[in-house]
Amino acid sequence: MLYDVVIIGGGIVGTSIARELSRYNLRIALLEKETELAFGVSKSNSGIIHPGTQNPPGSLKGCLCVQGNTLMRKLSKELGFDFKEVGELIVAFTEEEIARLRQLKKEAEALGVPRTRIVDGRWLKAHEPNLSGKALVALYAPTAGIVSPYRVAYDLAENAGRNGVEIRTHTRVEGIAPAGLFQFEVATSSGIFKTRYLINSAGLHADDVARMAGIDDFTVRPRKGEEFLLDKKRHYLTNHVIFPLPTKISKGVLVIKTSDGNPMIGPTAEDISDKEDLSTSDAGLAKVLTEARKLVPSIDENDIIAYFAGLRPVAGDDFIIRHEDKVPGLVTVAGIQSPGLTSAPAIALMVAGILKKKGLALKKKLLFHKKRKHAIHLFEIPLSRTKKLIKKDAGYGEIVCRCEMVSAKEVRDAICHGAKTMDGIKFRTRAQAGRCHGSFCTTRIMKILAEETKKQVTEVTKRGRGSELVKEDRANG
Amino acid sequence: MVSRDLVIVGGGPAGMAAAVSAYENGVKDILVLERDQYLGGILNQCVHTGFGLEYFKEILTGPEYAERFIEKVTRVPEIEVSLKSFVVHLAKDKTLTYIKPGKLETVRPKALIMATGCREKTREMVHIPGTRPAGIFSAGLAQKLINIEGLLPGKEVVIVGSGDIGLIMARRFTLEGAKVNAVVEIQKQSRGLLRNVVQCLEDFEIPLYFSHKIAKIYGKDRVEMVDIVKVDEQFNEVAGSQFRIACDTILVSVGLIPENELIEMAGVELDKNTNSPVSDEVNETSIPGIFVCGNSFKVYDLVDSVTKDSVIAGRIAAEYLRSLK
Repeated sequence: MLYDVVIIGGGIVGTSIARELSRYNLRIALLEKETELAFGVSKSNSGIIHPGTQNPPGSLKGCLCVQGNTLMRKLSKELGFDFKEVGELIVAFTEEEIARLRQLKKEAEALGVPRTRIVDGRWLKAHEPNLSGKALVALYAPTAGIVSPYRVAYDLAENAGRNGVEIRTHTRVEGIAPAGLFQFEVATSSGIFKTRYLINSAGLHADDVARMAGIDDFTVRPRKGEEFLLDKKRHYLTNHVIFPLPTKISKGVLVIKTSDGNPMIGPTAEDISDKEDLSTSDAGLAKVLTEARKLVPSIDENDIIAYFAGLRPVAGDDFIIRHEDKVPGLVTVAGIQSPGLTSAPAIALMVAGILKKKGLALKKKLLFHKKRKHAIHLFEIPLSRTKKLIKKDAGYGEIVCRCEMVSAKEVRDAICHGAKTMDGIKFRTRAQAGRCHGSFCTTRIMKILAEETKKQVTEVTKRGRGSELVKEDRANG
Repeated sequence: MVSRDLVIVGGGPAGMAAAVSAYENGVKDILVLERDQYLGGILNQCVHTGFGLEYFKEILTGPEYAERFIEKVTRVPEIEVSLKSFVVHLAKDKTLTYIKPGKLETVRPKALIMATGCREKTREMVHIPGTRPAGIFSAGLAQKLINIEGLLPGKEVVIVGSGDIGLIMARRFTLEGAKVNAVVEIQKQSRGLLRNVVQCLEDFEIPLYFSHKIAKIYGKDRVEMVDIVKVDEQFNEVAGSQFRIACDTILVSVGLIPENELIEMAGVELDKNTNSPVSDEVNETSIPGIFVCGNSFKVYDLVDSVTKDSVIAGRIAAEYLRSLK
């Protein structure tokens, strides 16, 4: 069988492209090496929808970010994920920083970031009471928002799937053989995919994939970021996403409001060489705590309930999004670090444009399922609504995760919508992600997952083959 | 909204003892809310013996100890037990919202006893660096997997911390045929009971490293090994003392924290360090009529002490109710 388009990499970029292209009469496959989508770079994303500030004028990043911020709102309505417009504050502590802040404001305006303004100490005291008293002024960008990055990726993929895209997880690309103009044979761990157009959105491994196709003019270097998550009961910590002034390599350590309610502090920025090194360190924690407390001094170490590290795929200063004229039909989408999540819908449009220009006929489907039903999360709805839900389905009254208030019904729904692993359930529902870290709910969720996927409990994994939770079933042999 | 004289949240040893005591002290309208499908709480997974020596002057297993109270509680018609009932909201005026399969209920008690127990500190709370693969369990979760579900979590184990559950699990894993390679304790002495150090480690020749900590966890999908390092008096790593142990499983047993998020929601003042309610009198809180007992008041070593504490809570709740009339 010949595909029109094969997309390599099922992170936020790959799933955005898949969903965008699923509007058209095309035969599309999305290949992901992990057991679930968004288990690579995307899983460690902090969920900020940037307004477009802090990008150099004229950069691809800046332009796609501003556009993506608008598109993400539309997507949230269509796909039913939460988008909260909380706004961001970039805080200045010295006269010198105020001067840089004014420069940032100018650059943001040049990029078209709407409604930015400088707010003074009095405004900050009134609107962000936990912010350090030493803050002089801040650049306020009201259009910044927050989403759950995994849910965005999962919802995009599910909707793409509904519109005919084949989603192949556990499918690792092993070789790419150009078989003539606009003809590729992609060899994978689950067989060969023949396609006319090939999109390389392989995140950290985009350079490896590019080399398979004969492109070797860029390298992806991992830049590690350690993030620390605070207890949900501190949801009130800040009202906005809080930034220090950016440095050359990163936006600095932030205090982030998240869509699930748990404040997040971080990330660090450390250039490393190992694309699989997701370890966290004492030094990372110390740095993040020190830096975050400069912004919000009341942050308490005892409130940290989780931490993790993510890797940003860095390939130069800007995104690389281009058709490879040397290999007709191949589109590279690499170096998608921050603001990659925000830009993803705009990247998808840009890729569709490139494909069209390179001869792919984009003919709209007669029936495109634009909408997806909003998944229910008890923690984000009022109890009055929970009451009605429980009457309709008793499963909502069966609480599985006590810390984050997740019901058995939500866990079953997550599985029904594609979760295959314990982490997949965690990312979709937040079950096991709270202060007890799964101590109380793991057994229950394992059993539900085994039951729904008709597997043995011993086959239940944390995040795919090799990460089975238990070794033996003594009760059932 | 239903009105009740006394609601008790939690049907473990603390909640059951408080219920029986309140009844014996004259309270005739008691509702016990238990989120699990049976009474007894964590005692159900404690199949080892050593319970009841002080309170019953007998040596019992956890389920046997629980059974004595389950019998009492279920024999008294004035004590209503609602299982699979999960409290989702507690207001300052003691109005409780709880959900159970098929229902969301609101109840307003005149007095409230919280017997919500405690939870284990996690790897995250003590910041053990390294990766986050499968194979890292709290000791209590491992205990539940083995004793309730019949599942063996791993075969080569390193235990972090020498809390009682960790020590008990060292023996349990050994009896199940797994190998416990080390118990690593950052303090100079054990946090657990001496009898557990002797009966669970020494009798099985399991090495216990005092003044040591895990420096790093390795493994991508599943735990593969840990670095262990000696620490000085200030808990700083001693250079050159690092060594490596292979394992597929890490149990974390580094202490317990009272589970008091509900009363925190209601505005009860909590001690930031212990997560216990700030209180002048035993079992009382900063909100009159809200009492806390058992491990949610203070983490006890023995269930016998939990019972004793909860008997007092039942009595003072009864006295409080009388004072309202």
